[in-house]
Amino acid sequence: MGASDYDALSVGSAAVRRQNDAWRRLRANWSVRLGGAALAILICVALAAPWFGTVDPTLFDAASRDLRPGETGEITTLDGETLEHTFLMGSDSFGRDIYSRVVYGTRISLLVGVLSAAVALVFGILLGLSAGYLRRLDGPLMRVMDGLMAIPAILLAIALVALWKASLLTVIVAIAIPEIPRVTRLVRSLVLTIREEPYVEAAVALGTSTPKIMFAHILPNTIAPLLVQGTFICASAILVEAILSFLGVGLPPDIPTWGNIMAEGRVQFIAYPHNVFFPGVFLAVTVLAVNIFGDGLRDTLDPHMARRL
Amino acid sequence: MWAFLARRLAATIPVLLVVAVLVFLMLRLTPGDPAAILAGDAATTEQIAAIRASLGLDRPLPAQFAIWFANLLAGDLGESFYFRMKVTALIGQRLEPTLALATLTIVIAVAVAVPLGVAAAWRFGGWLDRALMGFSVLGFSVPVFVLAYILIYVVSLKLGWLPVQGYQRLADGFGPFLRHLILPAITLSVVYIALIARVTRASVLEALGEDYIRTARAKGLPELRVLVRHALANAAVPIATVIGIGVALLIGGVVVTESVYAIPGLGRLTVDAVLARDFPTIQGVILFFSFAYVLVNLVVDLSYVFFDPRIRY
Repeated sequence: MGASDYDALSVGSAAVRRQNDAWRRLRANWSVRLGGAALAILICVALAAPWFGTVDPTLFDAASRDLRPGETGEITTLDGETLEHTFLMGSDSFGRDIYSRVVYGTRISLLVGVLSAAVALVFGILLGLSAGYLRRLDGPLMRVMDGLMAIPAILLAIALVALWKASLLTVIVAIAIPEIPRVTRLVRSLVLTIREEPYVEAAVALGTSTPKIMFAHILPNTIAPLLVQGTFICASAILVEAILSFLGVGLPPDIPTWGNIMAEGRVQFIAYPHNVFFPGVFLAVTVLAVNIFGDGLRDTLDPHMARRL
Repeated sequence: MWAFLARRLAATIPVLLVVAVLVFLMLRLTPGDPAAILAGDAATTEQIAAIRASLGLDRPLPAQFAIWFANLLAGDLGESFYFRMKVTALIGQRLEPTLALATLTIVIAVAVAVPLGVAAAWRFGGWLDRALMGFSVLGFSVPVFVLAYILIYVVSLKLGWLPVQGYQRLADGFGPFLRHLILPAITLSVVYIALIARVTRASVLEALGEDYIRTARAKGLPELRVLVRHALANAAVPIATVIGIGVALLIGGVVVTESVYAIPGLGRLTVDAVLARDFPTIQGVILFFSFAYVLVNLVVDLSYVFFDPRIRY
C-alpha cells in the first residue's frame, strides 16, 4: 500500500466524485468543445473589438459609399484626418465599414443574449420555486403562465418594445418576458419532485424556514437543467434581438447590431447583398455555436431532458 | 365524447381570459397617458379627450376592463387611428395571405419532416440520421430572414425561377398564387421541419423498440406497413403535440417572412402597426393570434382521440 493507491478522485466523498466526473464528461463531450471553442472566439472578438483591425463603427465617409467587399476607400476619423482603409466586408450606403460594425455588433448580441437569459432565469426561478413549493400559489400562477405562453413570443416582444421606449434595458426585458413561463414550468416540475426527497423532509422537521428550504436545499438541485435551458434561451434571445432590430422595432439604429445592419442594408439587397449576408452569417454562426454548446451541455448534464427531446 | 369536447373547451376559457387581461394591462400599465398613446402622435386634444371618454379611462381599472371586454365579446376590437378603419375589418382584409402562407408552410413541413424523421429512426445511426440531426440544429440557428435572403438571392436573382416578392390572390389564378407563395413557405417551413423531424425521429425510435414491432415483422408484414401502420401510428401523439406548439414559432416567423417577401398579411400589419404605434391594431392582432394558437392546440388535443383510441377523455 503506497501513496499512489490513494487517488484523490477515488477517495473523495460521493458528491465530490460526482462533480469531478461531471466536469470530466463535460470537457470530453464533442459538442461542448466545438460550441465552447466557437463561443470563446466570439467572446474574444467582442471584448477585443478595437484591436481586430476595425475602426469606430459610427464613422462614415460619403466618398466611400457602397464599396464591394475588399475594396479600399477613405474614412474620416473623429479628429478630422482621412485614412486609407480596406473595407473587408464592403461599406453601406452611408460609407460605414461593415466589417467594423459587424465586429462591434458581436458585443451587443452576446450581451443581450446573456442578460436576457439571466433575467428570464432569475424570474423563472423565483416564480417556479413559489409555484412548486407554495401550494396555494400554484394554481393561479400557472394559469397566468399558460396565458403568457399563449401569446407568441415575438409578438409579445414587439408589443412590449413598442410600448416602452426602445433602449437596451427595454429590449432585454421584452425578450426575457416571453421566456419566463417555460423556465417557471421547468423549475416547478423539478421542485415538485425534489420536494419529496428525504432531506427536504428532514429540513422541514428541523424547523428550517421556508425561504431557506427553497433557496438552500431545493434550488441547488435544479442548477443542471436550468443551465441547459439558459443556454437555449440565450440562443433564442440573440435571434429575437436580431429579428426585432431587423423589423425596426429593436435597438436604436445608431447602435450597431447585426439586425440593424441588415435592416439598413435590405433596401439595396439586390444590388449590394454584402450588407445583408455578412451580419447574417455572423448571426447564424453565433446562434449555431450557442445551440451546439447547449446540446452538449444537455447530453452530459441532464440526460432526462435529452430523452425528452 | 361531447362532454369531453365541452370540458376541453371550458378549459381553454381561463387561458383566453388571462390573455385578454394581459393584453388589456399591457397598454394601461405603461408610463404615459394611454389615451395619448392610443390616439397617436398627430392627435388633437379633443381627440385624446374623446378617446379617454369612450374608453372610460377616468373610471377605475375593473370598470375599464369590463367595458373593453364587453366590446371584445361583441366583436369590437376598436378602431385603428393609423389605418382609419375598424380593427376587425383590418384583420379580415389581411387574413387571406397569412392563412395561405401558414397552411402551405404546415403542409410542406409535415410532408417533409415526418417521412424524414421516420426514415432517420428506421436507420438509426446511419448517414440520414446524422445528417438530419445536423440539419436540425442548423434549422434552429439560421434566422428566418437570413435564410429568406439566401433563398431569394439563389432562386430568384441568380436562377430566376421564382418571383422575388409579392403576393397574388387565389382568386386571380392558382398558378401565380402558388409561385409567389412557394419561396416564403419553404423559408418558413425550414425551422418547423427541424422541430418536427427531431420529435418524429425520437418518437418513432421509441416506438420501434416496442415488442409489437417485433411481432409485426415476425408476422412477415412488409416493412413500410410496419413503419406506418404500427410505428408511426403509435408515435403520432407527441408529433401532433409539437405541430401544435410549433404554430407559435410559425406565427413569429410569419411576421418576419411577410416583411421580407412583401406579403400584405397580418404579419406585415403587426410591423406597420408597431412602427406607427397604432395600439388598437397591435392589441387586436395579438388577441387574434393568441386565440388562433389556443384554438390550434385545442384541435391537436382533440386529435389525440383519433390517433390513440385508448385515450378516452
